[in-house]
Amino acid sequence: MIKATYREAVRAGLREALHSDPRVFLMGEDVGKYGGSYACSKGLLEEFGPERIRDTPLSESTFVGAGIGSAIGGMRPVVEIMTVNFSLLALDQIVNNAATLRHMSGGQISVPLVVRMATGGGRQLAAQHSHSLEVWYAHVPGIKVVAPATVTDARFMLGLALREPDPVFIFEHALLYPMEGDLGEIADAADLEHAAIRRAGKDVTLVTYGGSLHRSLEAAENLAIRGIDVDVIDLRSLRPIDMPTVLESVAKTHRAVIVDEGWRTCSLAAEISAQIMEGAFYELDAPVARVCSREVPMPYAKHLEDAALPNVERIVKAVEEMVTHHG
Amino acid sequence: MNQSSIIETDRQHAQTILYQMLLIRRFEEKSAELYSLGKIRGFLHLYIGEEAVAVGAIPALTSDDSIVSTYREHGHALVRGIPAGAVMAEMFGKTNGCSRGRGGSMHLFDVTRRFYGGNAIVAGGLPLAVGLALADKLQGRDRVTLCLFGDGAVAEGAFHESLNLAALWMLPVLFLCENNLYAMGTRIDRHQSRPEVHVKAASYGISAAFVDGMDVLAVEQAARSAVQSVRSEGRPFLLEAKTYRFRAHSMYDAELYRSKKEVEEWKRRDAIDLFVGRAREQGWVSDDDLRSLESRIAAEIAESVSFAESGAWEPLEDLTKDVYTPVVRPIKTSASPPRPVAETFK
Repeated sequence: MIKATYREAVRAGLREALHSDPRVFLMGEDVGKYGGSYACSKGLLEEFGPERIRDTPLSESTFVGAGIGSAIGGMRPVVEIMTVNFSLLALDQIVNNAATLRHMSGGQISVPLVVRMATGGGRQLAAQHSHSLEVWYAHVPGIKVVAPATVTDARFMLGLALREPDPVFIFEHALLYPMEGDLGEIADAADLEHAAIRRAGKDVTLVTYGGSLHRSLEAAENLAIRGIDVDVIDLRSLRPIDMPTVLESVAKTHRAVIVDEGWRTCSLAAEISAQIMEGAFYELDAPVARVCSREVPMPYAKHLEDAALPNVERIVKAVEEMVTHHG
Repeated sequence: MNQSSIIETDRQHAQTILYQMLLIRRFEEKSAELYSLGKIRGFLHLYIGEEAVAVGAIPALTSDDSIVSTYREHGHALVRGIPAGAVMAEMFGKTNGCSRGRGGSMHLFDVTRRFYGGNAIVAGGLPLAVGLALADKLQGRDRVTLCLFGDGAVAEGAFHESLNLAALWMLPVLFLCENNLYAMGTRIDRHQSRPEVHVKAASYGISAAFVDGMDVLAVEQAARSAVQSVRSEGRPFLLEAKTYRFRAHSMYDAELYRSKKEVEEWKRRDAIDLFVGRAREQGWVSDDDLRSLESRIAAEIAESVSFAESGAWEPLEDLTKDVYTPVVRPIKTSASPPRPVAETFK
């Protein structure tokens, strides 16, 4: 199997999209000459030219809105926003236009827009570059939200997103870009709607996505040594959420821990917990537990940031407590 | 053309203009009445007083050009040719409305007429217009996108971002500011450090013009020339039309922010009255013509109301229809099989 980094996988996905469909173009801050703030688009300007690799001014609201308009006008734009915190400047266009135009027009318009952005903490970038706000987007009907956590998903989810007739938001955890992994086939990425079981176990279900998948897998290996066999579910899609896969696992393990880098209050973890209660209440041997970010704007100092984020120890502890107290 | 055919052309043109201005005026008067009767709900922003802008500007476009509009858009929609019945039915919330009752007064859409909606976020439509024009440019189409907005939008960041991007990327957008002097209740000299909107184009290197929005023929001429400039240069243009809203911001407002005297003074410059005066003077319309226009319009509006009344309500089973575009997906019964993950993440 071929090894690739997540960054190389994203770039390969972009190249394929640009090669296979002349309607596809990439725009965003520093995607061209600079090569992308995470170097995902390095070399694409030289390969595809300035018409298709478009550096934008620092105008998130307008270049996302222009993405929506150009999608309506027959193009297949891929808009890159540097980080999720900056995407807040474009929330108006996303929530008031991208998500609503189809419904508000009585079904006359589709907006085949793809927006990619980096998310997540762990790089000591403090309180304006480190948050995991994907749940804000997952809240909104009319858009789809995905979070590729593996090299294979990073490679193929973009192409799948571009086949969708409606807006798709792709959240790439910034810590994953240098991660190396096995690059699978498109069949391994399958579709945008289903979760994947990344590790099969029988004792506890760990539900997670994005950057937290790898912490969860590491925690699962630690727990295996202690005799606790963990099922690890990578949600992949945050809207819609593949609850059948989660509920099927809970029916097997009777215990669920959700690992989510967002803040706990009103988090994706809260939504999944509620849906487990609605769909599998009588299967549960223990209350659902959550490992989320602590309720604080991300601090700069490393020891504080580490303490704010979900980590392997916290996940191990949450699972162990559940098994100990509700064995 | 001989003299008599020139006169006949002018006469027909004048009657078309009058028909469109009066259609908007009477249609909205009827809408206000139906609002009071509870047939129309939500917000209803009347265009009364501003008719000359839509009637002067929109016919300067071809049917292949695009329009992005605001929440005060009944007039824009009617001039673009969306049938009065479809607009009325939309305000009734019926499925025969131009947005199937999902949009209401503020969100009229008709893609077949390239009318990309009433946008009810002030300045929210400008980035969309830039994107539509970008798509046209990238696909080599010779289209102009007309982007309508009010003076309130000029204070929003999206206005400046959009003018900058349209100029930077040389996109064919005609930005048309319907400056009715008030951002809801805040007069322009209370929200703009420099209240002349058209001068702001200079800082983006965009050509601009100012026109009296109460003079329909002046608007027509300015819009034709602006559209021509956008089409031939492939660059944006900013046209400011100074106009005035005679009615409340929405259906009810105490109008504490302006005096009755000010409103009365502007009504003396009512674009319809001014144009009727001129048309009579020029011999373009007679009293008989006016009577027959009014009765034709009254019939059209009555028909639009019956069309709306006769429309069906969307069945509740379809409440969540059109949130996403229907797609046929292969049926997949279970999640992916477990796969070993070799990623080395730290």
